[in-house]
Amino acid sequence: MKHIDEYRDKKLVDLLLKQIWETSKTPVRLMEVCGGHTVAIRKFGIPELLPSTIKLLSGPGCPVCVTGKSFIDKAIKLSKIPETIITTYGDLMRVPGSSSTLENERANGAEIRMVYSPLDSIEIAKEYPSKKIFFPGIGFETTSPATAVTVLQAKKEKLDNFFLLSAHKIMPPAMEMLIDDEVQIDGYICPGHVSTITGSGIYNGIVENFGLGCVITGFEPVDLLQGILMLVKQFESGNPKVEIQYKRAVKAVGNIKALKLLDEVFELKDDWWRGLGNVPKSGLKLKTEFKKFDAELNFQLNLPEPKEEKGCICGEILKGLKLPSDCKMFGKICTPENPVGACMVSTEGSCQAFYKYQL
Amino acid sequence: MNRDKILLSHGSGGKRSTDLIQNLFFNYFDNKILISGGDSAILNIQTNNLAFTTDSFVVDPLFFPGGDIGKLAVCGTVNDLAVSGAVPKYLSVGFIIEEGLEFDVLEKLVKSIAETAKTANVKIVTGDTKVVNRGKCDKLFINTSGIGELDSKFKKISSGEKIQPGDKILINGFIADHGIAVMSARNELKVQADVQSDCAPLNGLIGEVLAISENVKFMRDATRGGLATVLAEIVKNRNFGIHLIEEKIPVRESVRGMCEFFGFDPLYVANEGKVVMIVSDNDAEKVLEKLQKNEFGKEAQIVGEVVNEHSGKVVLQTQIGGKRIIDMLLGDQLPRIC
Repeated sequence: MKHIDEYRDKKLVDLLLKQIWETSKTPVRLMEVCGGHTVAIRKFGIPELLPSTIKLLSGPGCPVCVTGKSFIDKAIKLSKIPETIITTYGDLMRVPGSSSTLENERANGAEIRMVYSPLDSIEIAKEYPSKKIFFPGIGFETTSPATAVTVLQAKKEKLDNFFLLSAHKIMPPAMEMLIDDEVQIDGYICPGHVSTITGSGIYNGIVENFGLGCVITGFEPVDLLQGILMLVKQFESGNPKVEIQYKRAVKAVGNIKALKLLDEVFELKDDWWRGLGNVPKSGLKLKTEFKKFDAELNFQLNLPEPKEEKGCICGEILKGLKLPSDCKMFGKICTPENPVGACMVSTEGSCQAFYKYQL
Repeated sequence: MNRDKILLSHGSGGKRSTDLIQNLFFNYFDNKILISGGDSAILNIQTNNLAFTTDSFVVDPLFFPGGDIGKLAVCGTVNDLAVSGAVPKYLSVGFIIEEGLEFDVLEKLVKSIAETAKTANVKIVTGDTKVVNRGKCDKLFINTSGIGELDSKFKKISSGEKIQPGDKILINGFIADHGIAVMSARNELKVQADVQSDCAPLNGLIGEVLAISENVKFMRDATRGGLATVLAEIVKNRNFGIHLIEEKIPVRESVRGMCEFFGFDPLYVANEGKVVMIVSDNDAEKVLEKLQKNEFGKEAQIVGEVVNEHSGKVVLQTQIGGKRIIDMLLGDQLPRIC
């Protein structure tokens, strides 16, 4: 398949591996902070091809995993309002809240529809003017522009039955906090899709303040291995910097149009991340002029603070301190069919990627 | 007969039901056993060993590129019998119809059932029709059951108890076509793929293989859950593993593209005309050649082998030389696919 096969080419892969084996002398810990990377690394079986000097860690890159149970609890509470339709990405359906999931609520009679684009919510809102349509928005810079467009469209269409429940987050504050938390990381495999929107500038602080290399990397084996090689070279030469491996998609300036949209619709707020706790200025909430679309402002959503599962080490896994296989529940009590923690629910979660792919 | 819409009275057992049976079903499923009209079909069976299976079909939409629910209902049951080593002979067909279904739609599907049954050389010998109120089912659901004659030398195929390390894994062509075709027909994704379902009766192909090899150790049709789930089921609790080679697994370009785009793994996407065969090393090439000569096996490949290592697990050698586990399908990638 064009544009894919060349990035899975065995000869190129072997060539890159040879260079990695030759270059890597000192033990190095590289963290990926994108669920897409977590899955690709495991799916292609990359770790076992690398020399023992290179350790790959999975960071807080899966939106479902870092979002607290309270988000699901709120979505469930909204689903119980009469004449309501919840439109959601499929990933959220099976994520456990405190006592239920959206999937269970749908079986109990709530109207919950899976959508592939948040803009589908607008069509549904127009089709059912007497119903309230709630979209639980989740994700990093990759998905938040689509949510921003949806909110702008709702405004343009003068809808008064569309509402956003936002758990959108931005990545850099969490990456900096991890280093502050003294998680031992020697370099970041930076998220490819997030960076198509943000550009490469958002990682400058990590290099300047913490002296860690940052390489924006694509999702195919050749991309990942080249990204790893670039990080290893930086580390071995003591010359950390921001580099773009994923040049076919990422420009240093990012996607200016998408950034403008984000800026127009959202403002930063302090936000809670599983594993990290409160991260200042890491969440996105609607600006005041869009408050009529903000589910949190228009509906009574004060719920008791949910407790995280006892024994679940999702938090430590998300910080790269532990591996899924270190968890006593992994593969026994906690499986993709009966997930305890969010990292096992999400298809992008470290635990599910380990469970599905790891030998 | 009212040729506009199906009404509740068509399923009442009264005059309209009789009309439907005699003018529609008898007309298309024409055979002596059915038309004799008794409460049971009386069958003449030549063997001591019977294979018996049942399956229900709820696919949405009723018509999709490469097939429809009628064709699917025949192929599904025929294939379940054939992969057990049996020769499919007789089918029952039960319809649950939502009030208001257009008569023309039902007729088209009945015609499709009749045509597929003819291709598969099976007879529809008994059936039933129920009509439920609008909203109580979605247009049309079909159940088929089937009986096949089983030669005792093939009795152990369905359990796979003769599988041993060294045996080869074969598949009769491109995987994941059915799932992608149905998904694309639903238009939920707003993307059209030019992919036809692989829905096909495989008893002819399987018959040809069994005629030349008595060393087919196991067969299963890779429907819901795809190739991956079939293989993961075979190795479960067994003292062997399976080594699968990604680059040998046939996946159509357009299907790979759709799967990449939507994050599906083609190994887990449903098929309706694919059989996984486990064949002794000695016979594998011979069987492969036979498969490739049949219209439903042109793209057949040997995709892996049974190994002593990692017992209970299927390990995929990825195209870049890495390795990963293949487990059963988790959850439901695509509901109402068959």
